[in-house]
Amino acid sequence: MTPLVFTLLTFAISIVAGVLGSLLGLGGGIIVVPVLTLLLHIDIRYAIGASIVSVIATSSGAAAAYVRERLTNLRVAMVLEIATTLGALSGAFLAGVIGGRWLYIIFGLVLAYSSIAMFRKRHDAPQAELPGDWLADRLKLHDSYFDQATEQETPYRVTHTPLGFVLMYIAGVVSGLLGIGSGALKVPAMDLAMRLPIKVSTATSNFMIGVTAAASAGVYFARGDIDPFVAAPVAAGVVIGAVAGSHFLGKIQSKNIRVLFVIVLLWVSVQMLWKGVRFA
Amino acid sequence: MIDGSNEDRMKSVHKVEIIISNLLRTGVVTSLAVIVIGTVVSFIRHPDYLTSHTELNRLTTPGAAFPSSIPELVNGLKSFQGRSMVLLGLLILIATPVLRVAVSIVAFIYQKDRVFVLITTVVLVLLLLSFVLGKAGG
Repeated sequence: MTPLVFTLLTFAISIVAGVLGSLLGLGGGIIVVPVLTLLLHIDIRYAIGASIVSVIATSSGAAAAYVRERLTNLRVAMVLEIATTLGALSGAFLAGVIGGRWLYIIFGLVLAYSSIAMFRKRHDAPQAELPGDWLADRLKLHDSYFDQATEQETPYRVTHTPLGFVLMYIAGVVSGLLGIGSGALKVPAMDLAMRLPIKVSTATSNFMIGVTAAASAGVYFARGDIDPFVAAPVAAGVVIGAVAGSHFLGKIQSKNIRVLFVIVLLWVSVQMLWKGVRFA
Repeated sequence: MIDGSNEDRMKSVHKVEIIISNLLRTGVVTSLAVIVIGTVVSFIRHPDYLTSHTELNRLTTPGAAFPSSIPELVNGLKSFQGRSMVLLGLLILIATPVLRVAVSIVAFIYQKDRVFVLITTVVLVLLLLSFVLGKAGG
């Protein structure tokens, strides 16, 4: 393969990763890493370096539109970013203390459980009988967004903020330890615990993952893991895909977003379990 | 319907969102442009990238030559290196979310929302801390 063919191919696949990542609040690493390593035989170090870049590209590319359309709940994002950055810091220190194998297996099982729970929630009336939450009231987290699919201004309330905070801390620790999967845990935490509408959950997760990834990207750069030749087509493709994807999220039915997320989440959990089982 | 003060609050909230949105858009567009220019420059300076089947391996296996520190990057930019331009674009992309947190602090100050000024400042400090600790550890 010539460098030109590699650049064009990686660019095209990254566009797809950007669209999917922007709709689901995930980083796009779940596509970029396997494609680069298995299909294009790129060294895992450079693949992970490129995937960190792709997380930031997805986040910033899509967030510009989501924030403007008020799909992102900025206040929820800011509060929870304390938990994820604290978690990522702890994760970096715990690396080496906690073994990899069981972490992959536990993480895989948690994601499998989350995807089933999220799938079963698909027929629920949104926001039926929410318990009160003094912290959400105090921090004024409740908000509303305009759903382009139903053409309605949709108000929503936030609940279980302390639980959400703890889950986000765990999400941060896991991503600090494994370098992956922060979005895969953030969306279920906001959906199942805090009961945000699914579109708000994916848009808010999308907004947050950029900050978490930026925290570690500096380290990857200094370590020489960000190969510009690999990362350039990934970044460019993902940005374009994410900008394009961000114009669809508002218009897609919430239930379809949920089902798509569940499918991708199951795929991620299988990947995790497989890594755990085959751990060397 | 909505009383005056509430309407003002909604307006200023919306302003914060537009400022953040514009910042993200500017960061993304700038970095994309720099990355694309850098890639084009690489291909122009190395015409063999279009035909060679051995070059890809050299460019993508560990030990490939590219900057991994700011002084190296600056030197590369001075000699008009495509790969250094690409890295500059990638660093702009990486800096965008950090800048976004910093700008949010200013936006919350403007809104006189003390609790969120505090929350966002804590996020920024933790973020900078992870940069410093990461460098020390890595």
